[in-house]
Amino acid sequence: MRACPRRATRRRGGNQVSTVDARLYQSPGRGRGVLDVFRRRYLLNLLVRKATATRYRNSVLGWTWSYVKPAAQFAVYYFVMGIILNIHRDVDNFAIYLFSGIVIINLFNEGFGNATNSIVDNGALVRKIYLPRELFPVAAIIVAFVHFLPQVAVLLAICLLLGWTPSLLGIAAVLAGVLIVLVFATGLGLFFGGINVRFRDAQNVVEIIRMFSTWTSPVLYMWTLVIDKMPPWLFHIYMSNPLTVAVEFFHYGFWAPTASSTPGLPPHFGVYAVVAGVVSLIMLVIGQLVFRRFERSFAQDL
Amino acid sequence: MQDLIAVQTATPPTIIVEGASKYFLRRNSHSFKEAFIGWLQKKKVRTDQFLALDDISFQVGEGESVAILGMNGSGKSTTLKLVSGVLEPDGGRVLTRGRVAGLIEVGAGFHPDLSGRENVYLNAAILGMSRKETDEKFDDIVAFSEIGDFIDQEVKHYSSGMFMRLAFSVAIHVNLDTLLVDEVLSVGDAPFRAKCAQKIKELTARGVTMLVVSHDMNMVQELCSRGIVISKGKMIFDGPITDAVELLRS
Repeated sequence: MRACPRRATRRRGGNQVSTVDARLYQSPGRGRGVLDVFRRRYLLNLLVRKATATRYRNSVLGWTWSYVKPAAQFAVYYFVMGIILNIHRDVDNFAIYLFSGIVIINLFNEGFGNATNSIVDNGALVRKIYLPRELFPVAAIIVAFVHFLPQVAVLLAICLLLGWTPSLLGIAAVLAGVLIVLVFATGLGLFFGGINVRFRDAQNVVEIIRMFSTWTSPVLYMWTLVIDKMPPWLFHIYMSNPLTVAVEFFHYGFWAPTASSTPGLPPHFGVYAVVAGVVSLIMLVIGQLVFRRFERSFAQDL
Repeated sequence: MQDLIAVQTATPPTIIVEGASKYFLRRNSHSFKEAFIGWLQKKKVRTDQFLALDDISFQVGEGESVAILGMNGSGKSTTLKLVSGVLEPDGGRVLTRGRVAGLIEVGAGFHPDLSGRENVYLNAAILGMSRKETDEKFDDIVAFSEIGDFIDQEVKHYSSGMFMRLAFSVAIHVNLDTLLVDEVLSVGDAPFRAKCAQKIKELTARGVTMLVVSHDMNMVQELCSRGIVISKGKMIFDGPITDAVELLRS
């Protein structure tokens, strides 16, 4: 039991009237947003473990699916883009180029998609017990990250087989790419996750964004193909997309050291990287604000 | 700047509800289209609201046990949800002190694919316990629930009685200052219910504040000393439990 609030007693008309200071009390249900999530790390940890442990319950292949799905995706893209459309002739080591892009885009797509649905999926809890609701989207993003690790392990193994030697700068680029994607996906996930509770239309918008994500960043082709077809202002926008920057970071870290010839990073890439980082952070702030706005009525709308 | 509230209870209040109101929307569709049409016809949206709670004020002192009574749909559960923080009041304010946990439908956080043990840890964490606290209480929780060796089985293989007993047992072992109870005393068979009532009395004796919503008048009279009667969102009575029950029966 916490200490009792200080009580002041004064006389009024012969009766004792005591008062308490409202500032010693909390308003239930008013959290501090994403910051509260880190105060409840233990619960976050358990939620993530629950999700990873139950993900492949009742499936025979279990975690193998985490490899089979990206492998199938890779095979289709490699066949269509590489062999039929002949991109592998222009891009040295096209397989690694493709796979490193797919891996990071998958992290985004999965984290973003899960975070959007996280509040509705946990409706039973949200309606009955007060928890910092940001826990659910953040846990969804962390689960996506856990899921992303085995794919990176496969990518690393292939790169090492092809004589890839890690450079400090390359590793830093990869980490920066992951960080940008995590922040961006969290921001978008909070934004659409909050809206989705009242307007289930949000889910469909998210589907469209996820579909675009692969094509609006240089995953299946090179940025050099884009720069000629676009006016400069549009190319600036294209390059400021946090996903484009993250994909280029991954190419720089994994693919470039294994390829004999690369066009290098796009001009002014440093500026684009900073802009992308800022865009991700702004998205996080907007996402949090919108989430809080909608949070007030989660229990009614679910 | 001080913000003083007059105390109405004998002990320092742990729950203060001041002029709380809550509106609900009679909205039955979730789409942008509906929202857009509603936005065009602004008036219509207003009439779609109804007042679920109208200017409710009460205080609950430390160690007091208070029942909220009323007919179905009178706003009892809404009141409890305001105190637990699941809902926010549209008018007035709600203040609490210390750790508040609700037994609002126990087992809400249970996952059928996890074992009883894993669920105990997960739910204790949801109700605000740390790993260390749960470790200390784990044996008590299992003993109270009478689950025995089934604790390491997946919860989906439990009977509904076992499930509720374990969920209730977790909730009642949480270290807390205020316990909110919503219709969960109807858990399990008669002996288990008696055991729960006993445990709740122990908690009140220790100074835990209780706010109970129930239709079980005998149980309420046994556990609570004060009753608040709500009818159609308005508070119509606040006083001794026997009078409150009397009022409701008439």
